[in-house]
Amino acid sequence: MRLPIYLDYSATTPVDPRVAEKMIPYLTEFFGNPASRSHAFGWKAEAAVEEARAHVAALIGADPKEIVWTSGATEGNNLALKGAANFHKTKGKHIVTQKTEHKAVLDTVRELERQGFEATYLDVEANGIVSLEKLKAAIRPDTILVSIMMVNNEIGVIQPVWEIGELCREKGIVFHVDAVQGAGRVEIDLAKLKADLLTITAHKIYGPKGIGALYVRRKPRVRIEAQIHGGGHERGFRSGTLPTHQIVGFGEAARLAKQEMASDNEHVRALRDRLWNAIEDMEEVYVNGDLERRIPHNLNVSFNFVEGESLIMAVKDIAVSSGSACTSASLEPSYVLRALGRNDELAHSSIRITLGRFTTEEEVNYAAALIRRKVEKLRELSPLWEMYKDGVDLNSVQWAAH
Amino acid sequence: MAYSDKVIDHYENPRNVGAFDKGDESVGTGMVGAPACGDVMKLQIKVGADGRIEDARFKTYGCGSAIASSSLVTEWVKGKTLDEATTIKNTHIAEELSLPPVKIHCSILAEDAIKAAVEDYKKKHSVEQKKVA
Repeated sequence: MRLPIYLDYSATTPVDPRVAEKMIPYLTEFFGNPASRSHAFGWKAEAAVEEARAHVAALIGADPKEIVWTSGATEGNNLALKGAANFHKTKGKHIVTQKTEHKAVLDTVRELERQGFEATYLDVEANGIVSLEKLKAAIRPDTILVSIMMVNNEIGVIQPVWEIGELCREKGIVFHVDAVQGAGRVEIDLAKLKADLLTITAHKIYGPKGIGALYVRRKPRVRIEAQIHGGGHERGFRSGTLPTHQIVGFGEAARLAKQEMASDNEHVRALRDRLWNAIEDMEEVYVNGDLERRIPHNLNVSFNFVEGESLIMAVKDIAVSSGSACTSASLEPSYVLRALGRNDELAHSSIRITLGRFTTEEEVNYAAALIRRKVEKLRELSPLWEMYKDGVDLNSVQWAAH
Repeated sequence: MAYSDKVIDHYENPRNVGAFDKGDESVGTGMVGAPACGDVMKLQIKVGADGRIEDARFKTYGCGSAIASSSLVTEWVKGKTLDEATTIKNTHIAEELSLPPVKIHCSILAEDAIKAAVEDYKKKHSVEQKKVA
């Protein structure tokens, strides 16, 4: 077993060796520009791009013509939200999303607000899931766009996007789903899921970084405005020379994800349950987010009276994250956990453990024992634990805030 | 976040962890910070008959830098008079531990903890003197 152990598969995944192998010839040998129509180098690259497009489409039950290549999920979310909002701005200016979305959605909607759109950021319930009733109530006559993620990146809960899709279709509102954490883990069939726009990315499903896709529905056709111009690639939705090797990697990763989804999920579920069983009996341990309506590879737990950053430092032999990777450089507690109604202490003391295709039982056993040992050590150091053990109600203490 | 070797050393082998009896007349207790801010430090000093701090204990809820800052000051206050102890500045702590700018608040908290512990000890004794008088 090699240390440190990688347990942060929701941040990114390693490229599957089978994927890497498939990519290499497209860097050196078949390096043609897929847009070159006049020679065999271009034709070869174009054929590879189209084969990959079919694999990616198959993973989500879409038509290959509905797949638009992007540089990744941030661009996909920007294209979907800005593209749809700007195209439909004469119809209305209201957007509905939720507080626990990824920053790629939240920051984009904020930017749209600056441009004159209005937005509602829905609260989620204590289990992390958005209420359909509250969403329904938030829709106004001028609502043009709803954006709700399929799976939350921090706590792994699955949102009722299928039901929301029905609702939006009925009301004629464009529905965008950020499915970055869902693809390859949750069965997605766009014949049944009534999303108009859906974002996915390769590096969360054992493909390379730097390539993603936006699904743009054709039946019924959804209209968006392009955000990047210059050549009219991707049927005008997204200009720019296609990175053939990246696309080939994404295609192969998607093919494997579809083929191995059931066994991958079974593998990580068994390991996740093993991990949780090994720490569940500790005092003052809380799972963040619904444990049932959740993808099987995520465990997000808070250890009361232990501070998160020191916990991460204590368990440095395992690569885990506190909050999302994008916010862990700041000292703010996770906004997702705050949205669940967790107090600051519990939000501060959370760690997210995400398992994957290459995680082993030995690694999970090591991680569980390490976490137990270090949490106990840090509690020995913690004045809050001492007070809790002495029966002091921490909420009754007058803290000297600084 | 990259920590300095000294922070890691104090974090992995914290000095003087524990607690004295709060009610003990020779003990001063300072608790600073707030759980909502992510750090709480409890520093206790034991003052000898000669007015010098003969021992110290701490418990800290906080990041590695906060734990290291409080561990360090338990070593520094030992052997000092109360007045000497309160001259320990956060800049000394930050410099000794090579704290990055985002962690300066940890050293400020440690300085505040010393002041609070000294204050607590003095308060106990001023009451006592009044009682005697």
